[in-house]
Amino acid sequence: MGALTLRGVTKSFGTVDVIKGVDLTVQEGEFCVFVGPSGCGKSTLLRIIAGLEDATAGEVAINGRRVNEVAPARREIAMVFQSYALYPHLTVRDNMGLALKQAGVARADITASVDRAADMLALGPLLDRRPAELSGGQRQRVAIGRAIVRRPRLFLFDEPLSNLDAALRVATRIEIARLHRQLGATMIYVTHDQIEAMTLADRIVVLRAGKVEQVGAPMELYNNPANTFVAGFIGSPQMNFLKAGALGLRSDTLGVRPEHIALSRDSGQIAGTVSHVEKLGGETLVYVNTPAQGLLTVRLFGEHDYAVDETAFLTLDPARAFHFDAGGLRIREGG
Amino acid sequence: MAQARISAGQSIAAHAVLITYTLIALFPVFVILINSFKSRKAIFAEPLALPTRDTFDLIGYTTVLKQGDFFGYFQNSMIVTVASLFFVLIFGAMAAFALSEYRFRGNLLTGLYLALGIMIPIRLGTVAILELMVASGLVNTLMALILVYTAQGLPLAVFILSEFMKQVSDDLKNAGRVDGLSEYTIFFRLVLPLVRPAMATVAVFTMIPIWNDLWFPLILAPAESVKTITLGSQVFIGQFVTNWNAVLAALSLAILPVLVLYLIFSRQLIRGITAGAVK
Repeated sequence: MGALTLRGVTKSFGTVDVIKGVDLTVQEGEFCVFVGPSGCGKSTLLRIIAGLEDATAGEVAINGRRVNEVAPARREIAMVFQSYALYPHLTVRDNMGLALKQAGVARADITASVDRAADMLALGPLLDRRPAELSGGQRQRVAIGRAIVRRPRLFLFDEPLSNLDAALRVATRIEIARLHRQLGATMIYVTHDQIEAMTLADRIVVLRAGKVEQVGAPMELYNNPANTFVAGFIGSPQMNFLKAGALGLRSDTLGVRPEHIALSRDSGQIAGTVSHVEKLGGETLVYVNTPAQGLLTVRLFGEHDYAVDETAFLTLDPARAFHFDAGGLRIREGG
Repeated sequence: MAQARISAGQSIAAHAVLITYTLIALFPVFVILINSFKSRKAIFAEPLALPTRDTFDLIGYTTVLKQGDFFGYFQNSMIVTVASLFFVLIFGAMAAFALSEYRFRGNLLTGLYLALGIMIPIRLGTVAILELMVASGLVNTLMALILVYTAQGLPLAVFILSEFMKQVSDDLKNAGRVDGLSEYTIFFRLVLPLVRPAMATVAVFTMIPIWNDLWFPLILAPAESVKTITLGSQVFIGQFVTNWNAVLAALSLAILPVLVLYLIFSRQLIRGITAGAVK
């Protein structure tokens, strides 16, 4: 029995089905990331787990206990929100201790718990300030601290890094990963950013239009996507999809990641002209316009000098290419 | 930075327009105030002159304070206004919270029904209201006025407050739910402080018509013991003779309490603790 079990969970708003039957088990101590484009229902699913929305049908169980009828505060969960959602009228200390106070914990115990969490996140000097006096990064650390204080069975993160700038996002991402190792707690994390998903997750759940497309470890999804959606969503830059017929193959679509295409000025499988080059230092992205396959992205490691409008030839790595049928489903070799 | 955005000329023009409007708006009040301190003859001789040593006269104020229970009227007006305001704000805010926060069947219809009250004047129902008050024995009580004014103020309050409550971050309310706060605590401790500027706006818009109303006090509560200040002042306006000194003095005095209430609410309008709550 896992820390969280969803059985046939659906959610409809009026006639619109937002979640169309999700079955999922999250193991104790696992870091599970829900990822998908906006509007795929990942936040709604998280809110159903938290008890902020009722499931239309299906069962939500936390540590083997059915919690469909249990109030959010009694589900032994803590949640970190995208907009931090700190109480504006309370100090950092009171913000962090409020849940315990509501639960009737003794004052001395609350102080001890808050201090312990504050130590973990280096919030000590901020404890007597109000949210208005904190920067965005500090506010999100307080929000995470507020979650830790409760010692929940389940941490829920709702796009916690979306409002932070790029540098702070990386720092907070590392912080969250460290906390997960330190606390060993079960965490569910919602994001639309596949990099966050890849770097944090033990297991990724890819959602689209209210349905689970694939569940697996980050590298499993990268190396073994079940369909074109997962293949295109995981990995950056996005996978190239080629018309297999034009290459003389039997499948409908051929998926090749930008890093699995070789580029040459002299000869290769597909000819095209360079339409744009992005030099990132460690890697160079070359966008090649081909008459037969449209715009293809090639990722080269190191620095390369390709000029716009130059002719270039691409060679695909057949061993790393994925075959898909007309419906977008993966065709496995020999199967 | 201000200089960079607005040139001196624009600034002067804007101020000129605003100052002119302020003068026009305040002029009647100014005329009432200066004339309330003048003798009857001086009022008619030179209505726009300031009271001088010769024309200064407190006769209006002494008449007002001697005749009738003026402080009683004041008290009645205060009770009616403050109580109505309290009920309008509390029920209006609660209804607005329910309409903006909870999804339920008939939500939109209920909101429209409540908004209908903005468009249909409550005075159309005066006869029915009077019959209702007679039947329930509330004629000549302050309670009658409080109930009517609460009904009168609710539509606008619900309409304005529900718009503002929709803007309060869902995350904040949900954080409260996860932390075990009751819906009432979320409403009173998290949401209300954040919509305080809107509450102040509603309070001002609700308060002024109630304080100034003559219609319902005249019909529902004309008895001496429950007269409001506007009704009480009518004593001095006769069909043939009007005691202008007393009328002007009564009006000047009647400005004071609303002014105090307004100052209290406008301070709330300015104060913003919302900053930093979310994002």
